[in-house]
Amino acid sequence: MSDRAIPIGESIDLTPPQGMAAGWLELLHDWVITVDHKKLGIMYIGYALIFLLVGGLEAMLIRVQLAVSNNHFLSPETYNRMFTMHGTTMVFLMGMPIIIGIANYLVPLMIGARDMAFPRLNAFSFWMTAFGGLLLYYSFIGGVGLYGAGSAPDVGWFAYAPLTEKAFSPGHTTDYWALALIVSGFGTIGAAVNIIATVISMRCKGMTLFRMPLLVWLNLVVASLILVTISPLTAAQIMLEIDRYLGGHFFDTQAGGSAIVWIHFFWIFGHPEVYVLVLPAFAIANEIIPVFSRKAIFGYPAMVAASVGIAFISLGVWAHHMFTVGMTSASNTFFVLSTEIVAIPTGIKIFNWLATIWGGKVRFTTAMLFCIGFLFQFLIAGLTGIMLSVAPWDWQLHNSFFVIAHFHYVLVGAITFCLFAAFYYWYPKVTGRMLDEKLGKWHFWLFVIGFHVTFDFMHIPGLLGMPRQIYTYEPGRGWDSWNMIVSLGGAVQAIAVLVFVFNLVWSYSKGTVAGADPWDAWTLEWATTSPPPVYNFAVEPVVSSRRPLWDLKHPEDPDSRYE
Amino acid sequence: MGSALLLLSATSQMGWSQTVQQTPSIFAPASTPAHQIYELSLFTLGLTGGIFVVVAGLLTYAIIRYRHRGSQDDTEPPQVYGSNQIELSWTVIPVLIVVVLFLTTTRVILAVQDAPKPPAAVEVTVTGHQFWWEFQYPKLGIVTANELHVPVSDAASPRPTYLKLLSADVDHSFWVPELNGKTDLIPNRVNETWIDPQKTGLYVGQCAQFCGKEHAKMLLRVYVQSPADFASWVKNQQQTAVQQQSVERGREVFETEACANCHTISGTTAQGRFGPDLSHFMSRATLAAGAAENTPENLRAWIKDPDTFKPGCLMPAMKLSDQEIDEVADYLATLR
Repeated sequence: MSDRAIPIGESIDLTPPQGMAAGWLELLHDWVITVDHKKLGIMYIGYALIFLLVGGLEAMLIRVQLAVSNNHFLSPETYNRMFTMHGTTMVFLMGMPIIIGIANYLVPLMIGARDMAFPRLNAFSFWMTAFGGLLLYYSFIGGVGLYGAGSAPDVGWFAYAPLTEKAFSPGHTTDYWALALIVSGFGTIGAAVNIIATVISMRCKGMTLFRMPLLVWLNLVVASLILVTISPLTAAQIMLEIDRYLGGHFFDTQAGGSAIVWIHFFWIFGHPEVYVLVLPAFAIANEIIPVFSRKAIFGYPAMVAASVGIAFISLGVWAHHMFTVGMTSASNTFFVLSTEIVAIPTGIKIFNWLATIWGGKVRFTTAMLFCIGFLFQFLIAGLTGIMLSVAPWDWQLHNSFFVIAHFHYVLVGAITFCLFAAFYYWYPKVTGRMLDEKLGKWHFWLFVIGFHVTFDFMHIPGLLGMPRQIYTYEPGRGWDSWNMIVSLGGAVQAIAVLVFVFNLVWSYSKGTVAGADPWDAWTLEWATTSPPPVYNFAVEPVVSSRRPLWDLKHPEDPDSRYE
Repeated sequence: MGSALLLLSATSQMGWSQTVQQTPSIFAPASTPAHQIYELSLFTLGLTGGIFVVVAGLLTYAIIRYRHRGSQDDTEPPQVYGSNQIELSWTVIPVLIVVVLFLTTTRVILAVQDAPKPPAAVEVTVTGHQFWWEFQYPKLGIVTANELHVPVSDAASPRPTYLKLLSADVDHSFWVPELNGKTDLIPNRVNETWIDPQKTGLYVGQCAQFCGKEHAKMLLRVYVQSPADFASWVKNQQQTAVQQQSVERGREVFETEACANCHTISGTTAQGRFGPDLSHFMSRATLAAGAAENTPENLRAWIKDPDTFKPGCLMPAMKLSDQEIDEVADYLATLR
């Protein structure tokens, strides 16, 4: 390959200078009508960050309420709304948009494309997602209808029927919940179609499927999984609305409907959804760990196979959320086995990351620190997951605070840690400036301490019999001090997040100028300027291995020789 | 910061200042299924603990051993792309672990879930309501609420209790951690679980499936009694409610106001089924599914305005006069 094929740091910028002279109205107009995958990616991420703060605030209110027993800080109604909105927000308005936003920004750059396959579908998907979020939050104003204000859905984020039926949830709050998820679900499906089409058809010359960066591979798997999993959720929400407004009886147990059918529908969506969120986190770790260990990822084909394997198995494990609904012992046994099988490809991934670090020269940048935190915490989350897969033990642990601690270990300890790593790693690409490393270290250490104080100790009240979704608890149950510790840890995490937000804002204008390739990395996004021009690459790249920039930097020892 | 949180937490101590000191730990099993789960949990903890020590140890070693040292030059380390033998070996070990864990788990699932019901078993039908528990003993002709009484079941004379779980409205879940894991109560569905407590005493638990506004105050008590105590409790519950002339006025209020629409008191015209059966109300230690202790003051406060203890519960404040409240409370206080 010619060493001029990928002009590092000297792509010719042909765009007319913009933004400088434009007023804020032109700027706003520009962002609203954009179909550029990078701008849409940034909007997805910004949108998700706003909801991260909102959802975080709701979590803090929950933790203040639970800090002491028999507390009257929040009314039962308000508390029930807070945990419903916290869960729904963090999964659908923070988690989904941010992983889609990152994929949107990085996938075209990493495969040497100039945009997504369907730029206008891309914009449509973003705005659907955005309107979904607004609709959900509008319920605070419009929830109970014309006669009252200040409400929101209060049925829990998995909203088991028949609690959601008209008889038990009058007013419109449940409708806002269902409709918001339908609308944002359409956006998510559009984004997934787009990612699949982009990966299949937009790769640059030489980029065979097995030369794609793992981040691209995993997002392809995730997008496919989204197509399979969002559909049953949308179907279930439509059935619920038919029940509520058109006299249907799908889940209306008073007229012979089935409560169990809702639970099946929800978790056929809900469990793969966990992997929809966690695979992009793996994707991030797959890019960052090798770069800061200065080694190629160990076992690339095994990593691809493990990801595809996890996606397939994840479609057959949903009823492990249902060990207590009274399934037969045969069904319980089946779902124990399918769930425990997930541990095998997951284990392969952890070992491959370990082997990537092994023999490397590890640089402890903030991004790498977050990835190291991720490795340990994901290990623990996986092991508590194995505990929950043991059905008889799950009869005790299900719906207790142990489960809350377990899935926050996944969603925060694994996913959010990787997301923060992604911010420190790709912020220079997006903005042209480095995030401040000193603030980053503060952010990391505060967050890792707060995280462990909160979620390590949260397992304990669960083991002591404390169920989830209770607005208060009896004194004398032995839960008080544990809950106080958990709440204090939550406050430390909140401070860490504020440090992070400050860093994002401060570094945007004051950060060190990054240059095209600040981390001495190997994938194509670093071959263009930071931030990349609208068309990404002035010259379409040609690649001949998984690490095109390694080949370029080490012509004496290129990867292409070994693949 | 702790004091700041406390400050934020307005702690007016309504209800709940006087309840039992008891932690329903899953690690203090007092019944066969809870015991089997406990042993399985120890096995699983040991297994996962071992995995944690090995993998976390390797990770820690790798991160420290292979950190970039300032003294090192900036050349890249040798690039290794993978090894099929190594991949295979760390695939086989987890497979073996999964097989062992799966077989152990299956054994306990079958032992707990498919345990045959002995003829001597006590049978109780549990019906979940928003937000209280109804207990019917079909063979004994007893209906009570929120506080389950069962006989002790020792090795000499095993007498387990089999619970048939139903729901009158939404999903609930029956969970007394020291006695067994939880099983859900789902409308249009019959579930089953069983307990065989080996020590007398009080065991606490609560609803473990979010069921609406007052899910948090849907508490459960299980009184495990010696055979003799249980027999005398049964005998008392089987009797028709006490009728005392001195509280005749309270009974009239109860029967003529809306109380009778929801509550049953045996031997009277009050035959409502929507709320708890009050025939032997004074045999219970708590009010409102554990939201308050059953004392005369609490009872008055509860009748006057149930929201005092349980805001959002389905019992309305009937707007009785203070005199009527006293009369009803005095009447209820005779229902031993």
